[in-house]
Amino acid sequence: MSKYLLDKFLYTVDRDPDLVERYREDPAGTVAWWEAEMANTILNCTPAERTTWLSFTDAERTALARHDHVTLFEMGAHPFLTLTLFIAMFERDHGPLEYQKAYGKAMEHLSLPYPDIAT
Amino acid sequence: MAEIAAVIASTHHPFYYRASTSTGADRPPFADEWVAKIERFRETLTRAEPDVLVMVGSDHFHQLWLDNMPQFLVGKAPFFDANWYNEEREFGLPRMTLRGQEDLAAHILRDGLDRDFDLAFSNELRIDHSITCPIITLRPQADLPIVPIYTNIFAPPLPQPRRFVALGRAIREMVESWESDQRVAIIGTGHLSLELGGPRQFGEHGPDPEFDRKAVEWIASGDIDGCLAEVSLESLHAPGNATHGFMDFMLMMGVAGEGRKADHVDTLDLFHTMEAYFTWYPNGVPGGAR
Repeated sequence: MSKYLLDKFLYTVDRDPDLVERYREDPAGTVAWWEAEMANTILNCTPAERTTWLSFTDAERTALARHDHVTLFEMGAHPFLTLTLFIAMFERDHGPLEYQKAYGKAMEHLSLPYPDIAT
Repeated sequence: MAEIAAVIASTHHPFYYRASTSTGADRPPFADEWVAKIERFRETLTRAEPDVLVMVGSDHFHQLWLDNMPQFLVGKAPFFDANWYNEEREFGLPRMTLRGQEDLAAHILRDGLDRDFDLAFSNELRIDHSITCPIITLRPQADLPIVPIYTNIFAPPLPQPRRFVALGRAIREMVESWESDQRVAIIGTGHLSLELGGPRQFGEHGPDPEFDRKAVEWIASGDIDGCLAEVSLESLHAPGNATHGFMDFMLMMGVAGEGRKADHVDTLDLFHTMEAYFTWYPNGVPGGAR
């Protein structure tokens, strides 16, 4: 399992307005494209200096493709990254704070200790 | 030598800008009280007549990322652009450019290394709302040069709380040993209890009002020993999953000093989180008895 790669997906999508929309509209396609083209890009290096070993597990790929923020939390993805990106994608479809409250309520079965987010 | 004009610790609530500038039906019912408290807080900095601001905050996965993550970082550059697309998107924060104070940054980097703090540095740093929120609340004209200092309260493994306190003490000594006649305010922002992206987020209050009550008391009374006795990296998970941001308050307690009571204390109980504002005047209240 690669919490780092989950976080890298959330981070690189969240900071790019076009990718935010693309992930909202076509999650499975965006995840497949991102894993093939972006997962092994080192962010501060030229494209030729690629990493050779990063990939999602099936469970990680599925959680991202289903916009499943609860499973992402349970996998130890960084909750700030997930929340920020999901607010960007879905707050617009709801009334004030409605999405944020529903997002928390979807996790009300979870208790301390939360999954470890260390990468 | 430089003089510490004020030491200020604050929460950094990214919604303040939007709440305080909104009008009509968009203006939340708590906005007027919030603005009034912020304006009183702002006056505590204004009356200290600072020339330079040392700004302690924490990057929220904007420029600093997991492929190269510093624990403590000092920005040394002539300018700092500020705020990011996702902060504009979610909070409506404006883009800003702040001047840097490179002489003080260089002094802190050299002196910090010599005090066994292996500080990372950045010569091109775009700062985020952990530093721009207190600029907006405390110095909205954004006219003073800054030295940004970032701490890692966000991406574990994190430094121990005692290390934050120790760095705060060192920052105080480093600023006071800067060969300058400038008046320096040291401002740091963090959180009380806070949950982000978990089941306890966006409640009627902060996720742990009892922690918040104790935290405000520790800070207001300068009870560093009492705070360190109760707070650990492990214990901070209990009040809320983003409560490690409290360690930036602990850093500021280190700046202010053991047993130093704050000269200004205010709080505001909001949904989701409690706001808290503290000011110390190490060299006496400006305009008062010295």
